[in-house]
Amino acid sequence: MTGMTTLAALSSRAEALYRDYKLGAVRDWKARTGGLAIGYMPIYIPCELLHAQGVLPVGLLGARDDLEIIKGDAYYQSYICHIPRSTIELGLNGSLDCLDGVIFPAICDVIRNLSGIWQNLFPDKLVRYLDVPQNFSPNIGGRFYRDELESLSADLTARGARAYDPASLSASIALYNRLRALVRGLYALRQEAPWKVPTSELYIMLRATMVLPVEEAIDLLDAYRAGVDAADDRQPLDQARVLLTGSFCEQPPIGLIRTLERSGCYIVDDDFVQVHRWIKSDIPTEGDPLGNLVQAFLSDAIASPTRYIDQGVKGAELNSRVRTSGAEGVLFCAPSFCDPALLDQPMMVRAVETTRVPWTAFKYSENTGQFQVIREQAGTFADSIKLWSEA
Amino acid sequence: MSKDQSQLRQKEMIAKHFDRLAAAPDTGEKTAYTFVPGNLTELLLSFDLLPVLPEINSLQSAMRGKTAEYIAVAEKLGHSEDVCTYVKSDIGMMKSGNIGPTGQRLPEPDVLLLSYTGCFTFLKWFELLREEYHCPVAMLHVPYQPDGRITPSMRDYVVKQLKDEIIPTLERISGRAYDEDRLKAHLTLAAQAEDDLVWVLQSAKHRPSPIDAYFGAVYYVGPIFSAFRGTQAAVDYYRELRSEIEERIKAGEGPVTPDGDMERERFRVVVEGPPNWTSFRQFWKMFSDEGAVAVASTYTKVGGVYDTGFRHDPSRPLETLAEYCLGCYTNLGLPTRIKLLAQYIKDYEADGFLINSVKSCNSFSAGQLHIMREVERLSGRPGGFIESDLVDPRYFSAANIKNRLESYFQMLEQKRLPTGLESGGAA
Repeated sequence: MTGMTTLAALSSRAEALYRDYKLGAVRDWKARTGGLAIGYMPIYIPCELLHAQGVLPVGLLGARDDLEIIKGDAYYQSYICHIPRSTIELGLNGSLDCLDGVIFPAICDVIRNLSGIWQNLFPDKLVRYLDVPQNFSPNIGGRFYRDELESLSADLTARGARAYDPASLSASIALYNRLRALVRGLYALRQEAPWKVPTSELYIMLRATMVLPVEEAIDLLDAYRAGVDAADDRQPLDQARVLLTGSFCEQPPIGLIRTLERSGCYIVDDDFVQVHRWIKSDIPTEGDPLGNLVQAFLSDAIASPTRYIDQGVKGAELNSRVRTSGAEGVLFCAPSFCDPALLDQPMMVRAVETTRVPWTAFKYSENTGQFQVIREQAGTFADSIKLWSEA
Repeated sequence: MSKDQSQLRQKEMIAKHFDRLAAAPDTGEKTAYTFVPGNLTELLLSFDLLPVLPEINSLQSAMRGKTAEYIAVAEKLGHSEDVCTYVKSDIGMMKSGNIGPTGQRLPEPDVLLLSYTGCFTFLKWFELLREEYHCPVAMLHVPYQPDGRITPSMRDYVVKQLKDEIIPTLERISGRAYDEDRLKAHLTLAAQAEDDLVWVLQSAKHRPSPIDAYFGAVYYVGPIFSAFRGTQAAVDYYRELRSEIEERIKAGEGPVTPDGDMERERFRVVVEGPPNWTSFRQFWKMFSDEGAVAVASTYTKVGGVYDTGFRHDPSRPLETLAEYCLGCYTNLGLPTRIKLLAQYIKDYEADGFLINSVKSCNSFSAGQLHIMREVERLSGRPGGFIESDLVDPRYFSAANIKNRLESYFQMLEQKRLPTGLESGGAA
């Protein structure tokens, strides 16, 4: 196959995985292995721990714009975001039956309360609220987080997973380090040559990794990297380089990402699918692996709006990302009614304004179907960067 | 409406507190801004720090008709229309001169005590205030109780934060050393007030109920939810309130309403969710005009759930503060909230329950439609659902709410009729 044919085939496979909200790949994996599959809500869980116990972590990021929400809307008022509705719809229509449980990490009150609804709706499944510390001292928040992980591990074992074993966890950390390195590499390549790694394509690849075992996810991204490296026919266009922020939980429909690209933007950094980027560098595989997972969470995680910034300057990491990525503008692109993103936004805007980098803001929900207004807004923004930027 | 002695006492307590706050820049008294759920008032008092509660300032601003203006100020500054209006009201108030509920200027905080208990927005709220005031933040993360139980790990986590981070910060800000005996003395007073508060709330088990445990009780919880828990003033207030209610029971009187004493108790309801503050009196009248009395409510538990047995225990000062924080209502998992509501319906012999779902508060509101169905299933009593907001007057649609409430009370009436009358078959 040629490079482009390979990329087309990979994209096609990834898109099929992304679109399959009935989780066929997970069902196949379970049929092959007999293992437990546990879903997790955004943004981050330590997938390494599940993998080490023979469990398949399955990322749940809503149902995009592919599913009509009927029952899910009966659970939420109009002023609540969309992802819990589609998640409930998926749960009630049987799409998630192959999962043996779901982990709800602490990111906001909506996801937190969804864990309680899940307990009532699916009493036979593992429903686990994973509290994560907002105190980052190793002997305080670290101790608490370790307790949480040990308790999660025991819950998995009680459901039939393998017992915790440090050597297995070290091996799993090594595998996830490889996956994280691949993702970092693709993000770096996109910053360097965004025409080679269109965000809409990279995004689909990352979404596909959410339902695959890490070994297959690595193979997929390895092949994708080889494909884009070889894709010499991808040539740069005169587009504005933008950083997109705010889309870390409920994801935009792929049509919105494509719309932004078509409107003249190269997305050179973003908040999509952060689970593989939450920990910024390799986690050590030597020593106590559980302690290493904990320490990485405490001291090497991204500055998410869901995380209390106890030291440093609010918005400093965003500005650093703007500089590193060479972004010429910032798109604040948050889901409607997303507390973490929207409460954070005024502080982030203020931080960006200190750098005189232009910004614009809009909102979406995962099933937004009309993009014309956003296309016009983003197009005007990109044009203004091209016409008026100081560079 | 004539005021009881306890109300006058409370008014005086609040006035004195705000006088002290207004004078703080001159007297040198230090202030700590903090939140109602998971408040550490006894600890603050032991350091001679004056508490300021932005949530209460916001609701007071709403009752004074100020929040439309304040929210507009915040939205012009870029705060989203989608987020909590308490936050926007507070920011708008600050940008408009920080004039508090008594018309006096509030002092800037010496410390922000971010007790992150049961509400994600708290985290962001004080990040926003930190950018405005540039003062230290003491952050206390209180884990959530998803399964309705406090684990040793949760308790230890909170206690360690208190010991190693909160107390040293308060020592630094106040210039005073931690005095455990002083804290214990405040905790002893807290427990006394809590005993009387619980008695007051549980007096609604009488028929007729001598209190309204939602609209009326927001006044009753005022001192214990704000700056006074752990003080002799609060003990005296609750003792006086209790004796007034004892008198009402002896006299067979119903609750006080905006129009005076309620003549006839027609419906007993349990209420979930905070009230609307911009049209508080009008909202209350929609209940009292129908003879509906709230006999229990969950809003009166956001600053502490005492009626299931918790009391501050001075013999374990930091552990008891941790357990208090962990046990606040919005820190409880939905299954626990559902059970509590169903239990209230049973214990207070309620005809049904109503949910006032407020747009601003995902901590309360996300999942309330599920709560309604589950409580109906567990209790066999019908639920009603209305929507409004905390302090944004744009989201209080009086006609809609009144219509829904009237329909709901009619339905309760119908359910009482003997079989046959329900369908209109027997005249």
